[in-house]
Amino acid sequence: MHSKDKDRHRWRKFKSGLVSFGTLAAAVLVIAPLGLVFFHLLVNGAGAVNWDFFTQLPKPVGAPGGGMVNAIVGSLELLALGSAVGIPIGVLGGVYLAEYGSARGNAMLRFIADVLNGVPSITWGVVVYGLVVLRFKGFSAYAGGLALGLIMIPLILRTTEEVILLVPNGYREASLALGIARWKTIVNVVMKTASKGIITGILLALARIGGETAPLLFTAFGNRFWNHDLSQPIAALPLQIFTYAISPYDDWHRQAWAGALVLVMGIFCINVLVRILTRDRAGTST
Amino acid sequence: MPVATAMLEDQDSAASRMAAPSRFGDKAFEWLTLGMALAVILLVFLIGWQLARGSTLAIQKFGFHFLTTSTWDPVAEQFGALPFIYGTVVSSLIALLIAVPLSIGTAVYLTELAPLWIRQPIVSLVEMLAAIPSVILGLWGIFVMIPWLRDYLFPLLKKLFGWTPFFTGPIYGTSMLAGGMIIAVMILPIITSVSREILRSVPKLQREAAYALGATRWEVTRIAVLSYARKGLFGAGILGLGRALGETMAVTMVIGNTPQIAVSLFKPGYTLASVIANEFTEATSDIYLQALFEIGLVLFGVTIVVNLLAQLLLKTMTTKTATRAVQ
Repeated sequence: MHSKDKDRHRWRKFKSGLVSFGTLAAAVLVIAPLGLVFFHLLVNGAGAVNWDFFTQLPKPVGAPGGGMVNAIVGSLELLALGSAVGIPIGVLGGVYLAEYGSARGNAMLRFIADVLNGVPSITWGVVVYGLVVLRFKGFSAYAGGLALGLIMIPLILRTTEEVILLVPNGYREASLALGIARWKTIVNVVMKTASKGIITGILLALARIGGETAPLLFTAFGNRFWNHDLSQPIAALPLQIFTYAISPYDDWHRQAWAGALVLVMGIFCINVLVRILTRDRAGTST
Repeated sequence: MPVATAMLEDQDSAASRMAAPSRFGDKAFEWLTLGMALAVILLVFLIGWQLARGSTLAIQKFGFHFLTTSTWDPVAEQFGALPFIYGTVVSSLIALLIAVPLSIGTAVYLTELAPLWIRQPIVSLVEMLAAIPSVILGLWGIFVMIPWLRDYLFPLLKKLFGWTPFFTGPIYGTSMLAGGMIIAVMILPIITSVSREILRSVPKLQREAAYALGATRWEVTRIAVLSYARKGLFGAGILGLGRALGETMAVTMVIGNTPQIAVSLFKPGYTLASVIANEFTEATSDIYLQALFEIGLVLFGVTIVVNLLAQLLLKTMTTKTATRAVQ
């Protein structure tokens, strides 16, 4: 009897250890793709990232060399256009959810924003195609920027709301007690106090849409040359990577790896910046 | 400091305001922000309206058959979306089968079992995985994963499980299984971080009570934590499903893009999102474009329902949804 209990206890301990090991293995498997992708990006991409890559236009098939400067600049232009749409609407909407409204109505808006975050990004591409491209009879940087901007709205709205709610009520009360109008209190006191968090949210949204490809396929469309007119198709780094990756040419594959390396580095730089900004607010960002 | 500056700016207008406290600025600002917040509702309707408007003709012409027939022939103007629906469902299910156990396992490790010093670094790595764009994962899929699958994993699967209908036929590499696997990688981070948030919200008392009864670590996790968090973890999985259904670039690059319904997972497939990505700019006739809009409408409808369900499930678990840590 006694030894039977002991056996049972040992078995339970063993089972517990086994499961612990299993979960550790799961964690390793979840991290593994990150390591593998990074490794191959460096192996395949590092050789092709050079001065030309950042200064030259893409070369035609067969001609070695060339770069993606137009795609890099194009991506930045698209991000700027997206920001013009996404930041004002997202930030001010977030302010409303944190400062005004009824608990019930706001919960509803929050809920819809979360659902909107789950809408596939390609859907935005189709919608903007119908709204802008069909109407103005052509692909354009404006259309691409709008698609990216619409994706940003729910992202920024939710992060802004969250950081504004973190501002202590005493700040608002102190300002209102001085006879300062409520809206000025919100703009000059509350939003200023939360500005670091708001910027963090904006940066995270930019990092997210900077790698988006699907919504640009039939809005910005891509371009092998410089774009001097925002009502014309424009190149974007993720689009260029896609085009090159599915092409049959080795030269282009090398360029795709190089582009991917540059894009990932850009996105990780933003993430590091976010980490620095949020360092002293431990526990709120993770 | 901000208070002081705001006060200084206000000083010159203080006299006039005392005379007649104008609330115009306040009202205007409130209405402005309200308008921006209402944009989210507007956007949902905008998507629905635009997709429905873009596919009116196709809906009228094909009706319900659009969803149940499997001929996709732009030349003959015959459009049936069944192969794409099948491909989307099967690839998403494969992804969930792989990603859910791994993600929940990782979440359990991170909240219950891992030494404290290693938790934050792993969380950061999971967030970094989430930050990798779909197109880059697809690039890696084409040039690294597919050759490896073709030369090593698929032959092994064929040898072991070739007697089932799922692992038969020639091996090309690009396949339904490859598509499912790449989607799994895409949804691992979100399921992991939402599950972790759910497990963290389980009250400490639950665990302490189980420990006090002499339970081992795994028994505590199983009895006190997992069963308590069941609903939330289910929600995390459904949220992952929502992302899987709409995943586009990475899948398009590895699934093979062939509209067929095949039992063998080694055969290429096609998804709703992929067919839009590939054929949208090539749609030469109106009805072709309309059919693609209708596919967008189907995809939007399904993901909205799945996401609604996920948010409802998650809301009952935590007051704060954890979906923002990894978007």
